[in-house]
Amino acid sequence: MTPKRKKRLTIILGLVFGTSLIVGLVMFSLSENINLFYSTSQIANGEAPVGARIRAGGMVVDNSIKRSTDSLKVQFAITDYEKQVLVEFTGILPDLFREGQGIIAQGTMDANGVFQADEVLAKHDENYMPPEIAESMKKKQEAAQ
Amino acid sequence: MPRLLLFIPLVLFMILGGFLWKGLSIDPRELPSALLDKPFPEFSVTALQQPDRVLTKKDFVGKPVLVNVWATWCPSCRQEHEQLLAIAAQGNLEIIGLNYKDERAAAINWLRQLGDPYQFNIYDEDGMLGLDLGVYGAPETYLLDAQGKIRHRHVGVVTPAAWQEIQAIIKGWDSVKN
Amino acid sequence: MTPEIGEFALIIGLLLSVILAVVPMVGAATRNEMWMSFAKPLALGQFLFMIISFLCLGYAFATDDFSVVYVAQHSNSQMPIQFKLSAIWGGHEGSLLLWALILCGWTFAVSRFSKALPLDMLARVLSIMGMVGTGFISFLLITSSPFARYLPSYPADGADLNPLLQDFGLIVHPPMLYMGYVGFSVAFAFALAALLSGRMDAAWARWSRPWTNIAWSFLGLGITLGSWWAYYELGWGGWWFWDPVENASLMPWLVGTALVHSLAVTEKRGVFKSWTLLLAIFAFSLSLLGTFLVRSGVLTSVHAFASDPERGFFILMLLAITMGGSLTIYALKAPSVKSESSFSWLSREVLLLVNNVFLTVMAVTVLLGTLYPLLIDALGSGKISVGPPYFNAVFVPIMGTMSIAMGISIAVRWRETSQESVIKTLWLPAVVSLVIGLIFPFAYGGGFDFRVFLGMSVSLWVISTVVREFISKFRNATTIKTKLSQLSMSYYGMMVAHIGVAVTAIGITLVSTYSEERDMRMAKGDHVELAGYLFTFEGTKVVKGPNYMADQATIVITEDGQSVTTLHPEKRRYNVKRNMMTEADIDAGLFRDLYVALGEPLNNGEAWAVRVHYKPYVRWLWLGGILMSLGGLLTVFDKRYRKKKTRGRVANA
Repeated sequence: MTPKRKKRLTIILGLVFGTSLIVGLVMFSLSENINLFYSTSQIANGEAPVGARIRAGGMVVDNSIKRSTDSLKVQFAITDYEKQVLVEFTGILPDLFREGQGIIAQGTMDANGVFQADEVLAKHDENYMPPEIAESMKKKQEAAQ
Repeated sequence: MPRLLLFIPLVLFMILGGFLWKGLSIDPRELPSALLDKPFPEFSVTALQQPDRVLTKKDFVGKPVLVNVWATWCPSCRQEHEQLLAIAAQGNLEIIGLNYKDERAAAINWLRQLGDPYQFNIYDEDGMLGLDLGVYGAPETYLLDAQGKIRHRHVGVVTPAAWQEIQAIIKGWDSVKN
Repeated sequence: MTPEIGEFALIIGLLLSVILAVVPMVGAATRNEMWMSFAKPLALGQFLFMIISFLCLGYAFATDDFSVVYVAQHSNSQMPIQFKLSAIWGGHEGSLLLWALILCGWTFAVSRFSKALPLDMLARVLSIMGMVGTGFISFLLITSSPFARYLPSYPADGADLNPLLQDFGLIVHPPMLYMGYVGFSVAFAFALAALLSGRMDAAWARWSRPWTNIAWSFLGLGITLGSWWAYYELGWGGWWFWDPVENASLMPWLVGTALVHSLAVTEKRGVFKSWTLLLAIFAFSLSLLGTFLVRSGVLTSVHAFASDPERGFFILMLLAITMGGSLTIYALKAPSVKSESSFSWLSREVLLLVNNVFLTVMAVTVLLGTLYPLLIDALGSGKISVGPPYFNAVFVPIMGTMSIAMGISIAVRWRETSQESVIKTLWLPAVVSLVIGLIFPFAYGGGFDFRVFLGMSVSLWVISTVVREFISKFRNATTIKTKLSQLSMSYYGMMVAHIGVAVTAIGITLVSTYSEERDMRMAKGDHVELAGYLFTFEGTKVVKGPNYMADQATIVITEDGQSVTTLHPEKRRYNVKRNMMTEADIDAGLFRDLYVALGEPLNNGEAWAVRVHYKPYVRWLWLGGILMSLGGLLTVFDKRYRKKKTRGRVANA
């Protein structure tokens, strides 16, 4: 091999190695860290896997918020106006969390069918309906017709 | 050959553009009502200002009306209030209020302060009628025809543009009749 | 009347930018000097009318003109005046007007400060900026005029600005960010003008370098401010959430960083021309893409503007024309011939190429993570979101490897450097940073921590190589003072920016490892201990602000019985929107922040949910960001750029 060819080969090998390393890293991280969205109906029908990290979204049901008196534990129900799912969360809820508001919770389903959230998101806009929730409601309405 | 390589960025962008285009068409705002072109649900609920008067669907069937879902906790309702007053002042179309998940005293007070564009107000305290109607949140506005069928649904503030759209729909009915 | 004047000024601005987009470009193509010389006065006129338009909107806000829809939706008579004025860019329409204003400002600045530029080049550059201006001003006029009125009747008072935005951070954050986004349009215009004229030489790189550096610095400052704002205003104590909106600003910054470096190579050595041109196109395109993502509602984000598909469609069209057009020109005109200059493996050229590859890869991974939910959705495979762990897992190793290369690049010269001399310069910094990196976790955290070891070593490596290189400059200097003045501003800028990277890296490493956080239920007299500090909750009282009522807590912090500070976090309730707002209170320090935020009242106000944070070195994050931007700005004052200008003026005369 001439020195020039050798140089070129090294470049190509380096590029292939580097790219596959990064592609591998990206694919692995993506597969580990995507959270599938489930509507409350899907969860209530048992479609959501138990123990896997998922996102659930819905409207907070009126008068469903129950607070523990001695800790920051709070329980509430969310709905897509068809089925309800109970959510438990420990910590401080976002400012715009309130009844009738669309929220997205991240966490896992426990064995009792309660969604254990470690994060609750409400948008900074009171007229906001998270697209995921809108979409899941829209689908259901189309099915109902 | 090297010249062709220079087209790679363009091709990649076109693929990306295609996905963005697709993403745009997934539009969360277009919410067809489950009840579109179906009759307004039956109900029997008290009136907001007269707690002993029971309202039913018969109270507004017979002429086209707007049903406006509102509440005092909803800031956008305050925004659209002026537009509603303007529509009521024109007198071509009656507006029925659907006071949604609200406190009676606060709602009456609101109407006293800001003006009352409504023929009457349905006091849907627990949101049951809203649930039947498929209300996502306030404000929402429904256009009913003389038979009491839902012909159009508007989510969000009734802007001048939205009002024009509603007027255009009504005009459409008139021209069919003639 | 004023809003109508504003609208009218906007229309005239549009007309001027249409003329600017066409006439000088045709002039440059047909070598018509008179047509080309129209560019400068048009740039000035366009800028003036945009200023008028902007002032009209400002006047409507200052005088509470609620007949203007945009004012009624984003302001309120009770709001303090500074927030009334910053509310101009508190919503979609007004912020877009600011965007367009800044664009015209940049156009004017280019026309004013490019005396050295040949006339046809200047005409092309301004013309391309005029095209971008045409796109954005017509976007304003067609879909989102901020001057629309409520007719026939209008509300008596406004709906108030979102309380989160009633804050100093938001007064300054968007203008900085837009200065950066829009500033990349200058680099973009220079790149396209070079492609069109076929003059892709070192001169082109030299002209666009200062503009690119300024834009990049502003964007960096904007991102830094945004992160700082999120930290104290969102009440969660986080400083980066990998939210699509944040990513939208990070991507152009990453590509912009690559561009800043690549331009240096192209100017000094005349290599990587095609690559630099491509980066210039991408930096601006990513700015546009960010605008699209934020304003079209295609992605779920807690920060996004109210979604509007019509606007999204319009921006997508703008994006398609800008990117499609520029990439087509690029594909047809970019030089595909190999550069003549040669360089060896161990040269600054290669290391800067490595830096470019890393930065681009980072931008691509962020782009992928941001758009992945959209791709999956478009393919109909369900709704997903990509969590922050993805970004951390990908970003951190790439960033770390790049920092190692960063240290080496300091010791390497253009063209060729011998291996021995590199090792000779770098062995000491390597040993020093590894040793301190190893000791630090024991000394600070009381135990070994691998992440801290890596993070600290890499950061110290970057700093120590810079310092080592700086000292070596003085080996043969006669006096320190003469040497200091001999070194160019570009050199100082580079050093400051690189140290900034290290400072940010130290901040990230330490705050993500040693932060402590507690969510507590606290009644009057309760206390909690965190990182050696004792937080005592002394109850709340009601206070009244200009447009809100608040429950204000008093939390006394002591350390070993010594009083440290008293914090007053608030829970505000804004009068108009009835929004609740958490106003955190922070005792800031160079080495640690104490952060207290109120959650909700429990048991009818008997107790409160309280969040307490201990955040070591969190300020370093933003300090590093400021240093990086400062470095970028310093390079602009390099004598080279000024000299070229005077010489150009003589040549013109």
